[in-house]
Amino acid sequence: MLNDLTEAEGKALARCRYAVLGTERPLKLDCGVELGPYRVAYQTYGTLNAEKSNAVLICHALTGDQFVAEQHPVTGKEGWWESMVGPGKVLDPARYFIICANVLGACMGTTGPMARDPATGQPWNLRFPVVTVADMVRAQAALLDHLGIPDLFCVIGGSMGGMQVLEWAATYPKRVFAAVPIACAARHSAQNIAFHEVGRQAIMADPEWKGGDYRLHGTAPERGLAVARMTAHITYLSQAALQRKFGRNLQNRNALGFGFDADFQVESYLRHQGSTFVDRFDANSYLYITRAMDYFDLADAHGGVLAKAFTGTTTRFCSISFTSDWLFPTPENRAIVHALNAAAANVSFVEVETDKGHDAFLLDEPEMFRTLSGFLTGAASVRGLS
Amino acid sequence: MSIAAPIRVDLQLIADMIEPGGRALDVGCGDGALLAYLVNFKRVDARGMELSQAGVNACVAGGLSVIQGDADTDLGDYPDDAFDYVILSQTLQATRDPREVLRQMLRVGKRAIVSFPNFAHWQVRVSLVFGGRMPETPSLPYKWYDTPNIHLCSIDDFRALCRDMGVVIERSIVLDSKSRPIHMPPLLANLFGEQAVFMLRR
Repeated sequence: MLNDLTEAEGKALARCRYAVLGTERPLKLDCGVELGPYRVAYQTYGTLNAEKSNAVLICHALTGDQFVAEQHPVTGKEGWWESMVGPGKVLDPARYFIICANVLGACMGTTGPMARDPATGQPWNLRFPVVTVADMVRAQAALLDHLGIPDLFCVIGGSMGGMQVLEWAATYPKRVFAAVPIACAARHSAQNIAFHEVGRQAIMADPEWKGGDYRLHGTAPERGLAVARMTAHITYLSQAALQRKFGRNLQNRNALGFGFDADFQVESYLRHQGSTFVDRFDANSYLYITRAMDYFDLADAHGGVLAKAFTGTTTRFCSISFTSDWLFPTPENRAIVHALNAAAANVSFVEVETDKGHDAFLLDEPEMFRTLSGFLTGAASVRGLS
Repeated sequence: MSIAAPIRVDLQLIADMIEPGGRALDVGCGDGALLAYLVNFKRVDARGMELSQAGVNACVAGGLSVIQGDADTDLGDYPDDAFDYVILSQTLQATRDPREVLRQMLRVGKRAIVSFPNFAHWQVRVSLVFGGRMPETPSLPYKWYDTPNIHLCSIDDFRALCRDMGVVIERSIVLDSKSRPIHMPPLLANLFGEQAVFMLRR
């Protein structure tokens, strides 16, 4: 399964572990397709204890990957959650066995639209089955089976990672001791679907996209993917943070240029975000993963009543939202808490005051760290973890 | 918060009413002192609800299970009989609809434990009758214009409400101004009691 890797996939797989799963028992996807074999690329930090009771699964967001706490093999930048994971941090590898797997449909080593369809030998591209958040979680559960890990001390993630956390808790309640959904929702809102649609249209409107077959044509829809990223990036920040960071400051000039170059620093910043994104992310993967988020509606899968997703759960939950997050605002997170209360679940909920918007979950937010440290210490003592 | 830290006398009285090993919800849990005591010393599966976000964050950082919520609006989320005890300490008088809050407490809990300041305490009476001013006492320290206490009642008022609602008073303890339990006939208890703790059931 290691033929035809992209350069990025090759670099990623050289620096992490992977499992080829579904050879005997293919993965039954929500769309009805049976996928197999498929590859799951993952990274681990720390050591599984003898009781196998200290495993923590980190679920990454839309454009995240398994390189949580180390230099990224493609971008050379530091890991996306180094503020949370590492020696002396909230998730310390000296205490926990930390796993993060690249999600199904992504492009950092796990099977996605750029892989080849074993039936035809041709690249899947847009013929790859549409996957869901539940499918991503099924693939992670299969990985844990493969690793011989019966259950998790904690499943944690923000944004789409939080959706996976909720799916884990609903689908495999006995395998989840503690669940930490951060800055997320039990269903994707109309506004969020709308922003994703803008991003997808930007990609599909790029003439180099070629109906998804750009690799066969030797092209790349980089402009479309960059615009998608630029749009999305605005939704990750807050109005206040953008104003504080950039205001109306000009970029490398003293006066307006009376043209359409990047006059303003904020334009230059967004262009940079777009252009660096295309070096590490695949356009078709972006289509598939945004779709998975759009399709997410946990209540819908439980007769329209969210509380039913958590009936009888013994999992301990800690939900966190951020005051300036307008992508997954506090009421969306609170709806999850209300449903957990209705199921009489053990739940804590903290709203963190910050002007950093949705991205706050990735940043240095001491109140979030204090909350999680207290929650995990309490949960670990109940679990009997030293 | 030290594990052996002493807690307020009225909280200790509440804690003493609770059987070990059950499930309790503390509505208006503040800094989580009672919750921590119940978890650590009574092996209670104790949860908290607190209006102030700062209080919630401090509780969760201390390892307690607490959500931000409002007694008036958020008890409705819980299913019937979710808890053995629902506790409301020194908060009933600050709710918008005390009767509905009590009803909800006794719906989601098999028992409700309520503590509140007595508005018929002699100091309150003296302040109003002879001073002609709204009372300010150790248990009611606010000015009339900034008090959160919008539904103050006396011990006898509370007993009357329980009668009216058909609620059974299993236990009641009246405390004097030094937080010592006093044993007097109801008429005197309503005069000398500064606060009271009631355990109720349906």
